[in-house]
Amino acid sequence: MSPLDRIANVSILKQHEVDKLYKVESKPAVSSSEQLCFLVRPRIKNMRYIANLVNADKLAGRTRKYKVIFSPQKFYACEMVLEEEGIYGDVSCDEWAFSLLPLDVDLLSMELPEFFRDYFLEGDQRWINTVAQALHLLSTLYGPFPNCYGIGRCAKMSYELWRKLEDEEDGETKGRRPEIGHIFLLDRDMDFVTALCSQVVYEGLVDDTFRIKCGSVDFGPEVTSSDKSLKVLLNAEDKVFNEIRNEHFSNVFGFLSQKARNLQAQYDRRRGMDIKQMKNFVSQELKGLKQEHRLLSLHIGACESIMKKKTKQDFQELIKTEHALLEGFNIRESTSYIEEHIDRQVSPIESLRLMCLLSITENGLIPKDYRSLKTQYLQSYGPEHLLTFSNLRRAGLLTEQAPGDTLTAVESKVSKLVTDKAAGKITDAFSSLAKRSNFRAISKKLNLIPRVDGEYDLKVPRDMAYVFSGAYVPLSCRIIEQVLERRSWQGLDEVVRLLNCSELAFTDMTKEDKASSESLRLILVVFLGGCTFSEISALRFLGREKGYRFIFLTTAVTNSARLMEAMSEVKA
Amino acid sequence: MNRTKGDEEEYWNSSKFKAFTFDDEDDELSQLKESKRAVNSLRDFVDDDDDDDLERVSWGGEPVGRRTRPGSFQSLSDALSDTPAKSYAPELGRPKGEYRDYSNDWSPSDTVRRLRKGKVCSLERFRSLQDKLQLLEEAVSMHDGNVITAVLIFLKRTLSKEILFRELEVRQVALRHLIHFLKEIGDQKLLLDLFRFLDRTEELALSHYREHLNIQDPEKRKEFLKTCIGLPFSAEDSAHIQDHYTLLERQIIIEANDRHLEAAGQTEIFRKHPRKASILNMPLVTTLFYSCFYHYTEAEGTFSSPVNLKKTFKIPDKQYVLTALAARAKLRAWHDVDALFTTKNWLGYTKKRAPIGFHRVVEILHKNSAPVQILQEYVNLVEDVDTKLNLATKFKCHDVVIDTCRDLKDRQQLLAYRSKVDKGSAEEEKIDAILHSSQIRWKN
Repeated sequence: MSPLDRIANVSILKQHEVDKLYKVESKPAVSSSEQLCFLVRPRIKNMRYIANLVNADKLAGRTRKYKVIFSPQKFYACEMVLEEEGIYGDVSCDEWAFSLLPLDVDLLSMELPEFFRDYFLEGDQRWINTVAQALHLLSTLYGPFPNCYGIGRCAKMSYELWRKLEDEEDGETKGRRPEIGHIFLLDRDMDFVTALCSQVVYEGLVDDTFRIKCGSVDFGPEVTSSDKSLKVLLNAEDKVFNEIRNEHFSNVFGFLSQKARNLQAQYDRRRGMDIKQMKNFVSQELKGLKQEHRLLSLHIGACESIMKKKTKQDFQELIKTEHALLEGFNIRESTSYIEEHIDRQVSPIESLRLMCLLSITENGLIPKDYRSLKTQYLQSYGPEHLLTFSNLRRAGLLTEQAPGDTLTAVESKVSKLVTDKAAGKITDAFSSLAKRSNFRAISKKLNLIPRVDGEYDLKVPRDMAYVFSGAYVPLSCRIIEQVLERRSWQGLDEVVRLLNCSELAFTDMTKEDKASSESLRLILVVFLGGCTFSEISALRFLGREKGYRFIFLTTAVTNSARLMEAMSEVKA
Repeated sequence: MNRTKGDEEEYWNSSKFKAFTFDDEDDELSQLKESKRAVNSLRDFVDDDDDDDLERVSWGGEPVGRRTRPGSFQSLSDALSDTPAKSYAPELGRPKGEYRDYSNDWSPSDTVRRLRKGKVCSLERFRSLQDKLQLLEEAVSMHDGNVITAVLIFLKRTLSKEILFRELEVRQVALRHLIHFLKEIGDQKLLLDLFRFLDRTEELALSHYREHLNIQDPEKRKEFLKTCIGLPFSAEDSAHIQDHYTLLERQIIIEANDRHLEAAGQTEIFRKHPRKASILNMPLVTTLFYSCFYHYTEAEGTFSSPVNLKKTFKIPDKQYVLTALAARAKLRAWHDVDALFTTKNWLGYTKKRAPIGFHRVVEILHKNSAPVQILQEYVNLVEDVDTKLNLATKFKCHDVVIDTCRDLKDRQQLLAYRSKVDKGSAEEEKIDAILHSSQIRWKN
């Protein structure tokens, strides 16, 4: 529904004689219209919904016209089900090849959140063609891409299928000047860690707190300071938002307060005005000022709401634990924190997220912890989450270390000699050294944890780590930075090996020669499986630093909560 | 050849002579119509000859009784104009490309290419196993999951499940697609057969267990869970499944009983705090909380007593104390809270201990608006001095702050705190008394 909203909202549809809009859910739509049109994603459960409706009509002796519009395309499995249900001949089918929604001046979304679960959990490659088509569309619009890089199995497959498409429809891009110099394809599972971290840049925080959908967010009464909710479009058009979106949250409130003071000063100017000036003021400036005022108060309200929620959740403590996990210190303390989090039934999604973060940074939980945390989770949040754990294990998000990895033999000898507390610390030391902890190794190789002397200045950030308060440079962004610098994967073999996947790099010099220097600085980054606002902010920063301009194409905007929900077998 | 120009024109432009034109207006559609007509009408002629398969000749060798052969232009053009047209109406929205091809001779790679474009494609001609597998291989190398699934749908229909399973066992990508497909269409039976064949016993068990989510009725769900108990889960998971069954079994009993009690209206706790929701299908900890709230004093023998729950499900002390505390604090039953932490040591002296850290106790008490005296008592028990001071200050437990500052011999902090207490209060007096005491050797 939401992508449709961005193109044709309810009033426009009504202008075109649409009588009523229903959501395709479990309850059938009761309508007296003679024509029903279904705009659906090509999923089997949607086919069943439609079939139920049509067959119910048939049973009641009612004949109507039915049209099914599949977006972005129809799948053969859907056709099969329509045939099976006996309604293939009763409905007419169309496709709406709508695959790219511009959410902002530098952000394109395919609005396919299901991509993550379909591919990374079920191994279903159904959307790879959709991605290839999107890339093909972009290359017909903006010319061929002289430089292509990628990392991950899905990236490789998408690239190969895209090339097949290009070869088949040869000639459409030939000879065109490239307008985008580089394209970078990334699989989400190259970097789960970044996606699982709490976000602290403004846009990320708004997404984590309020859920941004399709570029707009619903601000409730506590934000709007009225009794109504407001749906707000968040993009570069909102001048206030645009200035604070990439900022670390600690800067935002101060910035907004300053702006409010400036605004007040502007308003106050009218005191010393004569009639002519006042008239000018009202006709030229007042509207803009009022607009700015409205936006300011909204964002200040949002900030207050965020701060209240975070205080309640004891955000400080949470961030401290996350940073400890990222750095690899105090693992036992962090594990206890997670255990308590689960015991207190704080939030099923948050508890899961923390467990996954622990698992990925430590290359799996030690079997004792895995068993005990799992038991506690099931006791706190419901036994049916057994299925969720199975999903997480399959996706590699929450795993148990293989028996050979643990150091129980050593541990038990040592712990006989020392007290419990000290043994915990020794386990810590051993764990950081001896484990095959790929994240730690990668982190070291790529300097993801900045060494800081003194305070990390969040007001004037010096590297991409600012998006996580200076504690951690997002892995995905670092990879992009390094590959772009080297124009290849040279020198990154070890990293690629540790990432356990394949990389791709392809440069077409003939195309590169045709590209202007400006287009060579334009980079399209394609996230397969979703990307977070933190990564977008970090790359925007990188762009400013190095003189690049990034354009983001993602299968969907995501965050840690969405990732966890996608893996949850039980609908919360 | 001495035809005049005019004759020639007439020759070529006459409808009888359907010459080939490069006319741009002839789009593929009408070309198709024409050729279709032609093909169909030819068939009429050709088929009719079946009767005359045997050439009848006279003794002289002359063919006898044959109709005009369909060779002359005349009859052909007649046919073209006379035969009723079989027209194929274009369907809006279908790509034009579809009409050009209605042939059945596509190779596996061409077929797969067509499938990727969403074109109509009959796979029926891939009858041999070898052909089928080649088709599958092409689909997999195309990477498009929609195409792979389309081929699998065909294979599922035209191969026995044993053969299908055997072939997919060594083709991981295709196998994944089949599994996902079966899940989505809800073919549970085939899915379980597949897992059994692959000897993926755990997935088999989980898949079966997953079905319980579709059963709403508690009794039926309980019965279903019972059938899950013997399944080949891992050792830990088997225990979890058993617990799930036991929990639901208990919840059904408790729910029935409590609903009855509530309706009867005689039990105080239900009157004062009517239940907001049913306990069915709630997690264990929530059930424990409920039990500590409504059935705290019950003996171990009953299903609804907290102690029984603790024993049956082996709930660790930490969790138990935390939950009981939350429940009793909500009811403002401070004596119960007290009893939770009081233990008698071997000498008979009472002592307060907590498996969860007293700072947590204080937080929970505060969340439930415990009176300051109660809070104070527990703040005092916090071991870590800094935490104690922080909490005491946060929750305005003046005495604790004062005493702690005195113990730390921290005069500055005590002075600072003095400004925070009410003027003329007992606390202020106390602070003053301490500040003036000559017995304390202040460090600052």
